[in-house]
Amino acid sequence: MFKLSEQGLANVKAELARYEAKESAIIPSLYIAQKENSGFITPDIIRHLSQVMDIPEARINEVFKFYTMFNQEPVGKYHVQVCTNISCALEGGRELASHICHELGVKYNEITSDGRFTVSKVECLGSCGTAPMMQVNDTYHEKLTPETAMNLLRGMK
Amino acid sequence: MAEAKILTEFYHLPEYQTLAGYKSKGGYETLPKALKMQPQQIIDEVKASGLRGRGGAGFPTGMKWGFLPKNGEPRYLLCNADEGEPGTFKDRMMMERAPHQLIEGMIISGFAVGSNKGYIYVRGEYVYPIEVLNKAIKEAYAAGLLGKNILGSGFDFDLDVYRGAGAYICGEETGMISSLEGLKGQPKLKPPFPAVQGYLRKPTIVNNVETLAAVTYIVKDGAQAYRKFGTEKSAGTKLFSVSGNVMKPGNYEVPLGYPLIDLINKECGGMKPGRKLKAVIPGGSSAPILTAEEVGKANLDYESLAGLGSMLGSGAVIVMDDSQCMVDMLGVLTHFYAHESCGQCTPCREGTGWLDKILHSILEGRGRLQDIDLLIKVADNMKGKTICALSDAAALPVLSFVNKFRDEFEFYVREGRSKVKGTTYAEMHH
Repeated sequence: MFKLSEQGLANVKAELARYEAKESAIIPSLYIAQKENSGFITPDIIRHLSQVMDIPEARINEVFKFYTMFNQEPVGKYHVQVCTNISCALEGGRELASHICHELGVKYNEITSDGRFTVSKVECLGSCGTAPMMQVNDTYHEKLTPETAMNLLRGMK
Repeated sequence: MAEAKILTEFYHLPEYQTLAGYKSKGGYETLPKALKMQPQQIIDEVKASGLRGRGGAGFPTGMKWGFLPKNGEPRYLLCNADEGEPGTFKDRMMMERAPHQLIEGMIISGFAVGSNKGYIYVRGEYVYPIEVLNKAIKEAYAAGLLGKNILGSGFDFDLDVYRGAGAYICGEETGMISSLEGLKGQPKLKPPFPAVQGYLRKPTIVNNVETLAAVTYIVKDGAQAYRKFGTEKSAGTKLFSVSGNVMKPGNYEVPLGYPLIDLINKECGGMKPGRKLKAVIPGGSSAPILTAEEVGKANLDYESLAGLGSMLGSGAVIVMDDSQCMVDMLGVLTHFYAHESCGQCTPCREGTGWLDKILHSILEGRGRLQDIDLLIKVADNMKGKTICALSDAAALPVLSFVNKFRDEFEFYVREGRSKVKGTTYAEMHH
């Protein structure tokens, strides 16, 4: 059964106090919980947040399911999100994504056997002038080639 | 005329990100002037400047502000920094390099519209811009530029950043408001417009990052100075995000009305060696595509692009050279819109999915010639029938790609491979 840490709980309460409508705290609270659960959300987490925030589970669940930045499945330590939308596609973003999967020996959204990486294709990340690119956890890496991307990933322990 | 940098002049300076650096270049000098004006004077100046919303719709900013109720009811100022339109990356640059420029613009705009509370709604993936903005907001509070009784004027203004969580539809203003209210980011029927009933059903003004940043310049130098740039109906400068197959992609600030071909050839260094210009999407992924011939006639303003059946949109110029397959590229776009439809309206939810399925059956070699007309029929039936414009945004690229490059679609259906690349979809990408 998931429970927020003491600090996580304090952070959620701070978010609840921050807005005129407590529902505005749902997205920030999902971020807090996702971080404490190694990058993904479970039904347990929704239940716990519902109790902490005094908001029905269904309300939190519909928000969780709507937004792509909340993961419904476990991800690796490094979540590698490669943009394959139009500007990146014009500069080889799709080939980059497939190269990374091939090199790491995984399909999209699978976790590598060592638990380090998950590779996903994502829609536009606003890095179109520096295409192709990938986001690894919170950090953007731009103007990539298959080689520079793999060098970056191999350096991540 | 080359670049006219009235917004981006100091963006290359790393120190411009900080309060001290911003102030060293005249930052926050306009705020005391604005706070001594009557709010209506600022609104009138913005109206006179001809400033139009830089997020995509191009609605006159001063007019939008004028829709607020005249009574003193609390109201909100929301900065739309969701920036999800494929091809667009200008607001990210503004937030990363000139956060105080946005903050000053928001304080002045907040004062003008009578708001004491602002939010900057930033797309969730923009973690670094959010960090930069939060740091700058903290600096501004510490310097008495935000909070109670700003610069002794009696005006209070609080500002906060809200992190979105990944949904293109939250760039639509009522979708953004839904998201800020802790709901799915689904758009709301208009009217009532947000200026009358917005965030928490209170009057709310939603403006784009670039729009709010431009307000400071207009108050500083006046509407007429702003009007020296651009055309009569498309006043001022505009940031264009150029991506795709050009030598120097990036953000360029030029006066509205600037020739599109000059932006590509002069500012962006032209096409890559040995390649020819084939097509340009001039205003973000939802804008109808222009052929190379049309590009030569296009100026970067609202009227010129509308006259060519396209639009200025967010100012995202996506350039394609003669190595690109139009069927493949349209497949990227239909997939995007099918992924991003919020699902609320049937023509959009079903239509985007249908378009995507038809396109991918063609790409995978299972297409029939009648599928090309079916694409047009489905797209035609999606326009103007939904709560927001996402359905139109999905339909317009389909109609323009198919109408202007029909031979590539017919070839693909007949041969099961790309006319341009000579290969199948599987060979192209796997």
